[in-house]
Amino acid sequence: MILVHVDSDELSGQAVGFARTLGHVRAVTFAGAYQPAAWAKALAAQEAEAIVAAGSDRGNELLAHVGAILDQPFAANVISLDGDRVTRVRWGGSLLEEAGLHGAPKLLTVAPYTQPAAEIGDVETLDAPDDGSPKVLETVEESSGGVSLRDAKVVVSGGRGVGSAEGFAIIEELAGLLGGAVGCSRVVTSAGWRPHADQVGQTGTKISADLYVACGISGATQHIAGAKGAKKILAINTDPEAPIFASADYAVIGDLHEVVPAISAELRKVRG
Amino acid sequence: MRTLVCVKRVPITGGKMVLTADGQALETKHLGFTISPHEECAVEEAVRIGGEVVVLTLGPAEAEEQVRDCMAIGADRGILLETTEEWDAQSTAAAIVDAIRREEPFDLILFGNESADAAGFQVGIRVAHALGLPVVTGLKKIEVQGARVRCERDVGGARDVYEAPLPAVLTVLEGLNLPRYPSVPGRLRAKSKPLAVVEPARPEQKLEKLRLVVPEGQGKQAEILEDASQVVAVLQALGVA
Repeated sequence: MILVHVDSDELSGQAVGFARTLGHVRAVTFAGAYQPAAWAKALAAQEAEAIVAAGSDRGNELLAHVGAILDQPFAANVISLDGDRVTRVRWGGSLLEEAGLHGAPKLLTVAPYTQPAAEIGDVETLDAPDDGSPKVLETVEESSGGVSLRDAKVVVSGGRGVGSAEGFAIIEELAGLLGGAVGCSRVVTSAGWRPHADQVGQTGTKISADLYVACGISGATQHIAGAKGAKKILAINTDPEAPIFASADYAVIGDLHEVVPAISAELRKVRG
Repeated sequence: MRTLVCVKRVPITGGKMVLTADGQALETKHLGFTISPHEECAVEEAVRIGGEVVVLTLGPAEAEEQVRDCMAIGADRGILLETTEEWDAQSTAAAIVDAIRREEPFDLILFGNESADAAGFQVGIRVAHALGLPVVTGLKKIEVQGARVRCERDVGGARDVYEAPLPAVLTVLEGLNLPRYPSVPGRLRAKSKPLAVVEPARPEQKLEKLRLVVPEGQGKQAEILEDASQVVAVLQALGVA
């Protein structure tokens, strides 16, 4: 039997789909305030050949607790399991690792968006007595103005090539015209030109836009890890050798300081 | 206040992943090294909190460079658990626990939420369990309030609030703060700060790396657009204009 922890996250259906390829699935969840160590204790107490969750923030956290409680290895963000052999993602998906998972039960999370979603079916609610470990005390709603980066249909993003915080005015203008969100690369947040909340990347936000417009971004693997969820990528860069073009569907070889305002002007023109 | 920050030396990968011939590691001949981005914020936070800051890493002798970088922005001393091999998360955590037991007590033990390279999402949590300490992960805000710490974690447009008594283990994310750049005097001071080197024995690996593979599908052929009108035509075809 494969024990799968599910929650309201859309990734749970993918974890269940993956788990069904391994054996009979028992889907479980918890009620009340999130308390990872206590929930993991309840998961670890179940008889199972494998304990599985989605490779989400909470899924990875719960399985790490289970691994610590049982003193068994845990493989995060797995894309396949065959006997003792797992394939899992490293570097935010830029590299795969084949590894031996020498433990029982098998503890793993399923890498997001690598498996088709399945109907979750019946879900059993497990008891997890409060053991005094840290738990969510309250949830503060963030009043974010504008379009959220993660859910935006279009993201217009600037990198080192933008040159300054003020340089983002033309990026904001184009994003505004397209009803999209402004993003940026890690260089930009490290320089303090934009807040970290705007960063697209392995250590920033992973986007799922219909179109990603990368302006003056070289395309480090750390950045691509956050951008590759976009259906289409348009890259604007003066350097025809920039690695971003290897991930792009459309390319403009040119200076963003000329190209981006020209696109905005053209958009205004065609809209009359 | 006494804080331990655990960091990992990782290559600065640039635009392309290239593996060594045996598929065991990234080809790093032409790459520089750093620590994982989340950990840069952990070091910065520890220095801002104040008191003694100790930096610990498990890695090759060359990882001294990363420990000195942390010292240059304010860490007081370092511990290098020296090894020539990569360790899985379980054995890494066990080695860190051994080191902590020799050095106790710490009020705070900070980790990045996950390393940039292996991304096991678990070393901090394993260390907390072994030491019987509370752990909160994925944090973008930390406030030490006397003998407790209040922390916040982003959850899709909202923030979950946690509290834990000290001592505690916390794992953090980039965005927690904006790490400073080391100053020249900071770099000079770092050279003479104490570094203890220990060579732990590597146990059998229960998550045993066999080989690394570059995923397929890298290297698209982008369609070149010549001017703004061609770009707008594409935007219209995609239904986003």
